[in-house]
Amino acid sequence: MTADASADMTDPLADVAWEPGVAKPDPILVADNITRQFGGLKAVDVDHLEIQRGVITALIGPNGAGKTTFFNLMSNFDSPDTGTQTFNGKDLTNTPAHKVANLGMVRTFQLTKALSKMTVMDNMKLGAVGQKGESFWRALLPFTWRSQEKGIETRAAALLERFKMAHMTDEFAGTLSGGQRKLLEMARALMVEPELVMLDEPMAGVNPALTQSLLEHVTQLKDEGMTVLFVEHDMDMVQEISDWVVVMAEGRIIAEGPPATIGENQAVVDAYLGAHHDAPLEWEDETDGDDVTSAAPADGSSEESS
Amino acid sequence: MDWGSILENTLRGFVGEQAIYFALAAIGLNIHFGYTGLLNFGQAVFMAAGAYGLALTVVYAEQSFWLGIFVGLFVFPVIMALILGVPTLRLRADYLAIVTIAAAEIVRLFLRSPKWDSVTGSSDGLGQYADTFYEFSPFEPRTRYGFGPLNFLGNQLWVVIIGWIVVAIVLVIVATLVRSPWGRVLKAIREDEDAARSLGKNAYFYKMQALILGGVIGAAGGLMRAIGTQSAQPDNFITDVTFLAWVALILGGAARVFGPVIGAMILWGVLSFTDTFLRQAVDQDIIPTSIMEGTQVGQVRFMLIGFSLALLAAFRPQGIFGNRDEMALDDR
Repeated sequence: MTADASADMTDPLADVAWEPGVAKPDPILVADNITRQFGGLKAVDVDHLEIQRGVITALIGPNGAGKTTFFNLMSNFDSPDTGTQTFNGKDLTNTPAHKVANLGMVRTFQLTKALSKMTVMDNMKLGAVGQKGESFWRALLPFTWRSQEKGIETRAAALLERFKMAHMTDEFAGTLSGGQRKLLEMARALMVEPELVMLDEPMAGVNPALTQSLLEHVTQLKDEGMTVLFVEHDMDMVQEISDWVVVMAEGRIIAEGPPATIGENQAVVDAYLGAHHDAPLEWEDETDGDDVTSAAPADGSSEESS
Repeated sequence: MDWGSILENTLRGFVGEQAIYFALAAIGLNIHFGYTGLLNFGQAVFMAAGAYGLALTVVYAEQSFWLGIFVGLFVFPVIMALILGVPTLRLRADYLAIVTIAAAEIVRLFLRSPKWDSVTGSSDGLGQYADTFYEFSPFEPRTRYGFGPLNFLGNQLWVVIIGWIVVAIVLVIVATLVRSPWGRVLKAIREDEDAARSLGKNAYFYKMQALILGGVIGAAGGLMRAIGTQSAQPDNFITDVTFLAWVALILGGAARVFGPVIGAMILWGVLSFTDTFLRQAVDQDIIPTSIMEGTQVGQVRFMLIGFSLALLAAFRPQGIFGNRDEMALDDR
């Protein structure tokens, strides 16, 4: 089934229009009318967004665009002022964050949350859901969970092997380098056996040598039939692995499209180079310096393009 | 100097009643703080819940000792944990700290209040509710039983033996739990609650369970104390009691199964040693009265404990059982 999915994946999005909020053939996550206000600032204001199943979607945007807030809202780590999101058709509005994970949607964090004073193996084993020994009374009777624990340990060891961290199994996670923590966090998320993996800046603070291997791991998730949604700043990485790119600016979705086209979208160029002088410079040679002064507000540009 | 009596008192501190009461209180704190990261600064209120659960059931409600044990061990501390935990456990750790320290004082002052004298006995408290416990004692109440330099009255010996059996049972339970997947979730919540939630763990629920478990163990300490002294008084549960339990935990090493027990033994061993030693030194003018008088010994020994804690923090911050490398992981 996974092989089929990846074969079809050549272009499930080929017929999808390149515009914000466009409908996808098989969405796994759908956000509707999501807003979140912090004081006077509307941090997120998303009318409609669909995330296609089985592909890698990148969520990009300048600093302060609301990407992480949107992530928190989608994973119910924060609740929106208005709006709903559905995952696999199930309304998540009143679902607590931990249940979202149990439904098969797992997220990582921008600031890596390795559990420092636990071993790498314990970090991994924590990720498995439906553990019998996590109930207080059963925990007192080790024979009720021992065999399940063995299975979890085997699975964790296999994942550590795949992420080339097997030699660190018994180290405290706190002794790992930043990049290794990112790897551990990703591997740990996979212990949940998710359908949708949401990675918040998986490459932040990772040295170039490790970047390539992280990229391969992300692509491998897709090959195994998982859906990936990730936030990233590094355009090279976005171009390399994503199938679809969603651009946010000032809380709104301003553009969507395949990665190759997104750099030519005027709204995106304006958002990066217009309103934010300190944004990444990847598009510098694609636009005139004069654009910096003639920037339209992102809200206006999103209306233009939709 | 009578080194014999110094040795006897020191040993008595190590294995005596106080070490038992505080070992249990500190094991409870270890569940809260050591494994789950909950800052409970009101462990005395759980000890009081245990003591008054028994005392009120037997003296006021005139029910059996065994029902009293049940109420003191499970009913009162669980209610207390729910009252403290429901409003605070969704918030940051510091809120629990504030609420527990306040709740412990509120309960103590309530128990002291003359208004409820007919129920609680106000500041005199309640007494003579544990006769059933001593009826089971195989020892003669007034006979002294000697063990090398140590000796106990029959009733004291019975309390000490049962007390250490209770500590041993609790340690077995705690050791089983913290090595289980349940314990792994607690540690994950201690390290990073959001990470635990992102992996599908209901952090609030686990924190509540931990608060209840640690509270029940603390109540067992209060119960043993109430049985050992045959009296439950509000001022047995002042804030100092909480902080002595914390000292025992930090001394022994948090998040180590045996840490709080060894910590409590050393704490009371050292307190007894300094007490006896200083008293004799003052009596025999080895320490002249111009420096210190016999009446000041009680305070000075706590100063010495404070000083040794300062040394511990400087040279062995992880406690006796802790692992310094593990401790240092936070600083990275």
